Amino acid sequence: MPGYADPGFDTLALHAGATPDPATGARAVPIHLTTSFVFDSSDHAASLFNMERSGHVYSRISNPTTAVLEQRMAALEGGVGALATASGQAALHLAIATLMGAGSHIVASSALYGGSQNLLHYTLRRFGIETSFVPAGDVDAWRAAIRPNTRLLFGETVGNPGLDVLDIPTVSAIAHEAGVPLLVDSTFTTPWLMKPFEHGADIVCHSATKFLSGHGTVIGGVLVDGGSFDWEGSGRYPELTEPYDGFHGMVFAEESTVGPFLLRARREGLRDFGACISPHTAWLILQGIETLPLRMQQHMRNTERVVEFLASHPFVARVGHPMLPSHPSHQLAQRLLPRGAGSVFSFDLKGSREQGKKFIEALKIFSHLANVGDCRSLVIHPASTTHFRLSDEALNAAGITQGTIRLSIGLEDVDDLIDDLKRALKAAEKAGA
Amino acid sequence: MRLPVNGHDTYCYTGGRSFDPTLPTAVLIHGVLNDHSVWAMQSRWLANHGWNVLAVDLPGHCRSAGAAPKSVEEAADFIIALFDALGVEHAALVGHSWGSLIALEAASRMKARATHLALVGTAWPMKVSPALLDAALNAPETALRMVNVYSRSTLCAPPSALGPGTWVFGAQMALGRRVLASNPEVNVFHRGFMACDQYAGGEAAMARIECPVLFVLGAQDQMTTPKAAQTLVAAARQAGKAVTVRMLPVGHNEMTEAPEETLAALRDFLVDRHDRN
Repeated sequence: MPGYADPGFDTLALHAGATPDPATGARAVPIHLTTSFVFDSSDHAASLFNMERSGHVYSRISNPTTAVLEQRMAALEGGVGALATASGQAALHLAIATLMGAGSHIVASSALYGGSQNLLHYTLRRFGIETSFVPAGDVDAWRAAIRPNTRLLFGETVGNPGLDVLDIPTVSAIAHEAGVPLLVDSTFTTPWLMKPFEHGADIVCHSATKFLSGHGTVIGGVLVDGGSFDWEGSGRYPELTEPYDGFHGMVFAEESTVGPFLLRARREGLRDFGACISPHTAWLILQGIETLPLRMQQHMRNTERVVEFLASHPFVARVGHPMLPSHPSHQLAQRLLPRGAGSVFSFDLKGSREQGKKFIEALKIFSHLANVGDCRSLVIHPASTTHFRLSDEALNAAGITQGTIRLSIGLEDVDDLIDDLKRALKAAEKAGA
Repeated sequence: MRLPVNGHDTYCYTGGRSFDPTLPTAVLIHGVLNDHSVWAMQSRWLANHGWNVLAVDLPGHCRSAGAAPKSVEEAADFIIALFDALGVEHAALVGHSWGSLIALEAASRMKARATHLALVGTAWPMKVSPALLDAALNAPETALRMVNVYSRSTLCAPPSALGPGTWVFGAQMALGRRVLASNPEVNVFHRGFMACDQYAGGEAAMARIECPVLFVLGAQDQMTTPKAAQTLVAAARQAGKAVTVRMLPVGHNEMTEAPEETLAALRDFLVDRHDRN
């Protein structure tokens, strides 16, 4: 596809990484549900294993269907390449395990998905990797928390569930001053709302389970490398700049000037940790991505209406969406997220925790479950579910109270969603009478 | 591998192998705003199949110190100095784009010391439009985008330099930015394009070479169109050289958009011909 202009986002969402199958003419991406790929000869086999030639060996390391998803996500994010994983958590773990080992340190935003907070605060500590948590918007705290053994700064583009917008230009500048990359979880915003590399982030991870796949059918993750971080210049990453015994002394930064991180993540991380994605799952995520621009527009249109409704309802104490001037990230969101700050947000009822329960149980269209980014609207009570392992202090830091309810606005007729919320709010109010 | 050339620290990627003076040597020369890594899917194979590979970073580019060459002739001097520094008597020269002109000029001076000449994505004259020259100097990011759009032939590259999942367009953009940033002294983008634009000696150089010539051209190449390579192809044939032309169904980034086909072309040319020799 030679041309005189860059393809736009919608075109890339449909075409990047895929072409009609040369063997069959199939227009849609074929699902290569195979573990392995036949070698032409013994020399071909040895060359593929030694990274001398281009091709696929074993689907834990790479697969043609998965590669389409990877190229497409790299294209949409503006990266050099991507790597798909079994889940969003696997993507986050793979990024960390590729860049550091025991004795290393991470600085992370305190406004994180509960699973990520758990991984950093409890699980990785057991493996000798320590994390300091800082408020997403406290620039001085980010800078002060960096230590000589810090290897990564990490945050979410908009924090879960309070939607604190990460000031990526500022935090990435702090990271780069220290010779450390910034990894951002862009699950809530997708590249349709924001491209973190354009603001200074170095690596992006996604839970593709959410908006990317968009239909609540599969679990998957993606790691995208912006290719901009100078690993050699930093001097902190011997994993990428010194010979690796696990691959015949390969120096990943010599093999690839802009992609050593992805090389090691695939050649070591997928090989040894094995958190690969199924080609069938990759295909379902691709189906979702093909309509991502259309869905995100509708998600945002519906969200705007629902936020306006809730913000004016007398039984609602607070609505935490950056589109509202009352949100602490309102100004930042205007700058970094002009298309909107996502369709997942939280709000507080004026009633008790029991009334909160009544509200959730009275909803008919919203589904009560632990997911976001589905085409269907969803609801959950974070303090007792997604963030239940957090201490009160950590809950507070993440902007969650016992009365906080999280919504994920789907693609239904927005009037039906508002009616559903109206009915449930009335039921909750009555329950307190 | 690092070694001093003309008194400056010079980097050559060797495919993970140490230099062995008993093996044949191939130098792989990159184009404007590129470095050794564009040869990843060809250099590593050659290095593991009986060749010394010197995928060099030209002076003033990425890992190599020294002043960035102002002309094709100056860059050819450097390549010969590189061989001399290593005590290489005979070598195959492989170049892409600007690097193809450097390989051609160096081979023409090396006479019998050059065993093979492979020109990938080549043209002569390699004129660069005034608009692109101006953008390379004054708006490099815009120029880089233009070059990458002109260079690309597909939204679906096969598994490439970073392996499966590589987005070739993004990788080229990132590499260009990295190479540009690697030299704070001079805009190597503009300097490289000027060297291409001003190189007048292509036809004469082709007449002087003494080795077989391979042309690897991209049928959809908008940077160095196949048509623009015909002067050199004709000159090589007219001079009685053994000429092979391989046309690949890709654009200007043959090594990353068609890594297997490019390797096959080089392998057939270098390995088979070397075995016959």
